[in-house]
Amino acid sequence: MSATTPVPRQEKSAAFEYLTTRKDEFVGWARKFSLFPYPFVTACCAMEFMSVSSTLYDTDRFGAALPRFTPRQSDLLMVVGTVSHKQAPILRKVYEQMCEPKWVIAFGVCATSGGFYQNYAALPGIDKIIPVDLYIPGCPPRPEMVIDGIMKLQDKIASERHPIINKDF
Amino acid sequence: MSLPPLTTLPNPIRPAFTKGLTPGSVIVNIGPSHPATHGTIQIVAEISGERVVRTDVHCGYLHRGFEKECESHTWHTLIPYVDRLNYCSALINDFAYCEAVEKLLGIELTPRCRHLRTLLSEYSRIADHLTCVAAALMEMGAMTAFLYLVTIRDYVYEHIADLTGARVTHSYGRIGGLARDLPDGWLQRLEEILDQMDTFVDRVHGLVDRNRIFIDRMRDVGVIATAEAVNWGFTGPILRSTGAPRDLRKDTPYLSYGELEFEIPVGIKGDNYDRYYVRMREIDESKHMIRQLIDLLQPGPLCVDDRRCTLPDKQAVYTEIEALINHFKLIMEGPQVPAGETYSAHEGANGELGFYLVSVGGGVPWKVHCRSPSFVHMGGAHRMLDGYQLADLVPTFGSINMIGGECDR
Amino acid sequence: MITEGNLLDRVQASLGAQALETGMAHGILVLQIDPASLVPLVGRLKQEFGFDLFLDVTATDWPQRRPRFDVVYHFYSTRDFVRVRLKTRVEEADPTVDTLVPLYGSARYMERECHEMYGIRFRGNDDLRPLLLYEGFVGHPLRKDYPKQREQPLVPYRDVKP
Repeated sequence: MSATTPVPRQEKSAAFEYLTTRKDEFVGWARKFSLFPYPFVTACCAMEFMSVSSTLYDTDRFGAALPRFTPRQSDLLMVVGTVSHKQAPILRKVYEQMCEPKWVIAFGVCATSGGFYQNYAALPGIDKIIPVDLYIPGCPPRPEMVIDGIMKLQDKIASERHPIINKDF
Repeated sequence: MSLPPLTTLPNPIRPAFTKGLTPGSVIVNIGPSHPATHGTIQIVAEISGERVVRTDVHCGYLHRGFEKECESHTWHTLIPYVDRLNYCSALINDFAYCEAVEKLLGIELTPRCRHLRTLLSEYSRIADHLTCVAAALMEMGAMTAFLYLVTIRDYVYEHIADLTGARVTHSYGRIGGLARDLPDGWLQRLEEILDQMDTFVDRVHGLVDRNRIFIDRMRDVGVIATAEAVNWGFTGPILRSTGAPRDLRKDTPYLSYGELEFEIPVGIKGDNYDRYYVRMREIDESKHMIRQLIDLLQPGPLCVDDRRCTLPDKQAVYTEIEALINHFKLIMEGPQVPAGETYSAHEGANGELGFYLVSVGGGVPWKVHCRSPSFVHMGGAHRMLDGYQLADLVPTFGSINMIGGECDR
Repeated sequence: MITEGNLLDRVQASLGAQALETGMAHGILVLQIDPASLVPLVGRLKQEFGFDLFLDVTATDWPQRRPRFDVVYHFYSTRDFVRVRLKTRVEEADPTVDTLVPLYGSARYMERECHEMYGIRFRGNDDLRPLLLYEGFVGHPLRKDYPKQREQPLVPYRDVKP
């Protein structure tokens, strides 16, 4: 689950809190190293996405190499490239078809803010229609930036709460 | 955080048909967020069993308003937009656009600039063909070939980044010349990369050319004849794969192509295998051209010495008032291009890439229209998809090399 | 192979009579014609002079001028390697020209794009659905009176917390 949902504080015993923290660390560790990206690829950033998935800048080292081309089986939505207004319902539908926990990366300035396409056709940033966890600026970003971004996302996932049985645990 | 789901998402398209022609057929929607359609094409197909009866190809999911944007930027500041048309071979777009503006201005390029533009056009064409073949092979499951080709393409990108500053969308062309001259050691590294490319491309040939599975999937699939291809507007490797040796570099030579020796590879049947092989042979021809151009390059001035478009030397800008004002006016108002209109076409990696420019005088264009090969090819794609199997759609589409930025502009 | 000057001279001599104006612009023969004579002229270009590749149709908007739109066609001959430009003017009140779909298959998509961007109607082309734009888009964005920043989102924007 994305970290923007505030989880209400409950009065629990210290032992329970300790168990929850350990569980969160363990589940966070497992989830961050087994990301299944859904590459929602549209434009020029695709070239850098291909480069970063390949041998020289390998995302497989981070466990994030195996793309699942169906939203039902993936947990990381990488929106790579410009999203136009025509494409917006498609993006929204794909986001809704993914199950929790899911994270969204806005790859490139066009996905972040519309880039330098400020006109009738391009959506000015995908966060206008779906919540975003990580923004990677660049037109297109260098593969090193993408890897830095993925590592920051992994830190974010590691520090989140991961309720797995019910909303408290 | 989950969003409250929208109960109805609007459908951005209206398909051409909602009922099948043949009894028992099914209408299937492929894309637009689909790896085989490069994320921006939607194909509504009528399927009867495994056979595709008819298709309706929808593009426009990457329409970014290129023409409208260009009308509010100066002739120079719209070069980054031009780059992002065919982003796999960005330099070809730059030079095709700059040549159109230079025609309006009546400028002739210096020999060094001409040779360098030709060399970089061929280098970009190699990068584009590597990308196209890598993606097409990966979509059929040949992951190894993809990794080989993307590795060598990465060396090319790093090398071009040494020259232009950017790996993918370079914005290196300038009206009247280029942004900067070659750094030291660039040509030596170029020769090294060309040699390494021989190794990598040979490996892919070895993996795929006589591979039974590859031949079964690509031979006699997506066939188109020359007359039909011309009727539907196909140019570039697709037209050449049908057997017609049409190439703007030979037919209407521009830049330095008139001084180079090269062949036009043509196919025999116009099927997917021919398109793959024409692109691989074009990579070889481009390497041959680059080696000739390395020998032809002579030291000399790069940008034409015309103060209507070339930025003055920085030393002069900081010391002389005329150069300062010239620089100021070029940046703030843009180069003043005389009124007129022109259409100028280069042989892009996909075919005839043309720019139709309309100028009313002034630093801002009245109209910049890009005649993009991918867009026209999408209009004719159904001729290569109808009648084949559903699984054939993937390699056929991959061999057309539809680039979204160019198709939808 | 016929040399460039020769073919363009012959085209100019033969079709120039039906054109309102002819001229050369940067190596391309330009014929300014009347919308009614478009299809017969293009048919002759294709059959008699071998302009078999239809490159492009687009329009230019001159809001201060009447007639407002210039519809511009480009053709290429794959045998003689020359290009020809045809221009025709249409009014804003009735921006209609005849379609070239019976002559060239590639006209289908290009006319669709020209229609949605400028509003030019192509008589005879029954498939003028939006191609680069989407269903529900109101207006013709490449006209000069359409503001560049006017967006028509399909999915309503959510509240973004800073």
